[in-house]
Amino acid sequence: MTPILPLCWRSLLNRKLTLGLTLISVALSVALLLGVERLRTQARQGFAGSIAGTDLILGARGGSIQLLLYSVFGIGQATNNLSWNSLRAIAAHPQVAWMVPLSLGDSHRGFPVLGTDQGYFQHYRYARQRALAWQAGHPFAGLFELVLGAEVAARLEYGLGDQIVLAHGAGEHNLIEHSDKPFRVVGILERTGTPVDRALLVSLEAIEAIHIDWQGGAPPLPNQRLTQEQAAGFDLAPKKVTAALLGLKSRAAVFQVQRFINQYPGEPLLAILPGATLQELWDLIGVAEQALLAISAFVVVVGLAGLTAVIIAGLGERRRELAILRSLGAGPRHIFFLLASESLLLSLAGSLLGLGLVYGLTLALSPWLESRLGLVVGLDWPSAREWELLAAVIGGGLIASLFPAWRAYRLSLADGLTLRV
Amino acid sequence: MTTPCLQVRDLVFRWRADQPPCLEIAQFSLAVGERLFLHGPSGSGKSSLLSLIGGVSLAEQGCLEVLGQDIRRLSSRDRDRFRAEHLGYIFQLFNLIPYLSALDNILLPCRFSPRRRAQIRNAGRTPLEEAQRLARHLDLAPQWLSRPALELSVGQQQRVAAARALIGRPQLVIADEPTSALDADRQRAFLDLLLNECGESGAAVLFVSHDIRLAERFDRVQELGAINRAVPWMTP
Repeated sequence: MTPILPLCWRSLLNRKLTLGLTLISVALSVALLLGVERLRTQARQGFAGSIAGTDLILGARGGSIQLLLYSVFGIGQATNNLSWNSLRAIAAHPQVAWMVPLSLGDSHRGFPVLGTDQGYFQHYRYARQRALAWQAGHPFAGLFELVLGAEVAARLEYGLGDQIVLAHGAGEHNLIEHSDKPFRVVGILERTGTPVDRALLVSLEAIEAIHIDWQGGAPPLPNQRLTQEQAAGFDLAPKKVTAALLGLKSRAAVFQVQRFINQYPGEPLLAILPGATLQELWDLIGVAEQALLAISAFVVVVGLAGLTAVIIAGLGERRRELAILRSLGAGPRHIFFLLASESLLLSLAGSLLGLGLVYGLTLALSPWLESRLGLVVGLDWPSAREWELLAAVIGGGLIASLFPAWRAYRLSLADGLTLRV
Repeated sequence: MTTPCLQVRDLVFRWRADQPPCLEIAQFSLAVGERLFLHGPSGSGKSSLLSLIGGVSLAEQGCLEVLGQDIRRLSSRDRDRFRAEHLGYIFQLFNLIPYLSALDNILLPCRFSPRRRAQIRNAGRTPLEEAQRLARHLDLAPQWLSRPALELSVGQQQRVAAARALIGRPQLVIADEPTSALDADRQRAFLDLLLNECGESGAAVLFVSHDIRLAERFDRVQELGAINRAVPWMTP
């Protein structure tokens, strides 16, 4: 087949405009496919890395996904709180290394407020083992001090020293504000790509303090309001929290402690393994990501079909060329090989170009993706799965190339040396 | 008696099994180095005969030998190779591969034929030198050789086609109405160049045309209708 390959190359060059456009469409479709695959892998990893280093999440009995949603993502609300006494009893379990209580329920302009303690900054991990880092400032120390997640700070353009008023309840509109007890920003966290970016963190005592004068879930009457100074004078030790993160001395004890919590006699409690529940949640929302991959796979099919159509459409004009090659001694199998290698070369080139495009775009967009969406898309060598996709595209190109090749084969047999116009 | 270049006996051919034969030739031959003018209007079976000689189609009956080789006994792959090695074709129009330069068009048969490469080597030349030599003999200026085939005039294209048919000295050159796209002066000039070159290389020429005025330059003139019994409307 050596006489054919140079011809194939020259023939492709001769039609560089049409074929170039076809090549671009194949390259774009391949880039879309690989890009979607890459993004969804990163999204899944980022999602699975939303919380790490925590062995169990503890909450009131209810759905495990619900517990994960409100404790980690700040979405939805807890049906019940946990009493501080139960929490202390569980923290005293010999296998428990640390416990970070979480208190939720307030918000600021749609962003959830998280009451917690210093242990949160020490024990919270994301993306396997990255600890929280500081963009500016330091953890809260005083009662009315507050730490911002990176997204909150960026979106609402807050800086250190700004005064912030929290609102009672979740949501964006018509909430009653704790306007009598404003907070001061003392720290801003680095971006993590996790729900922490969207959180405002205060101490558990602060949560107690802003509600100290509330009665039965209703704001105080104007004459019963307490000032910040007055509130600080009360016993602000938390009586109830929403959830808690648990770290164990040994991961092997996780089921033992989980059982201990789930069967705790004092209060109906629930402990979940964050990794397993994240996976459960991803399986629920992962359908969208599968659909996206399926769509981009179809785009590749369309690209290859377009390529095949262009080559076949060109055959009509090339019947003379094929007859001339036949007269020079080319056999029908040479003709088959010529057309098959043209299509195959194009789909191969399209795949490589698409791969290059993905890297180019990654290089260009990764700072933006990381800062805006918290997606860390590295310039890694293609994963096994991406190679599989590329191989599938090239395999598809091979199958697609058989159509024009077969058609040219039949034409060259039928036409022989007859030069048809 | 030497083996004729082309020998046809009791040949019957039809394009499709459900159609009547379009070629029935009892006897027809071409000697080595002979220049034959095969005269026939369209529909007289010219393209069928050329397909059979080229081994692109196969006769259902009879014998067709080219250079002593019974074409029907060769496999299709061997027929393609045989055509590449021993036959040179020139067609009526648009003879060239449009995306190759004139020079690459001339060199094309060497890609398919080791025998042609060997012939050129035996003459002490490289394929490039041989292509340039043929081009010079056929009155093609060197500056045209690097041009894409599409940029050449029809007359130049036909001379490139002739050079391509002749490179590596095939024993039989088949020309199918090669001059019909040229005006009268150029027809004569082209014919002179072609026949001189074939004479030099010793190739037999099977020149097919409907234009009987060109016949005087040939050793022999054969009316295709007279030997093809399969075309009833040709006989009165």
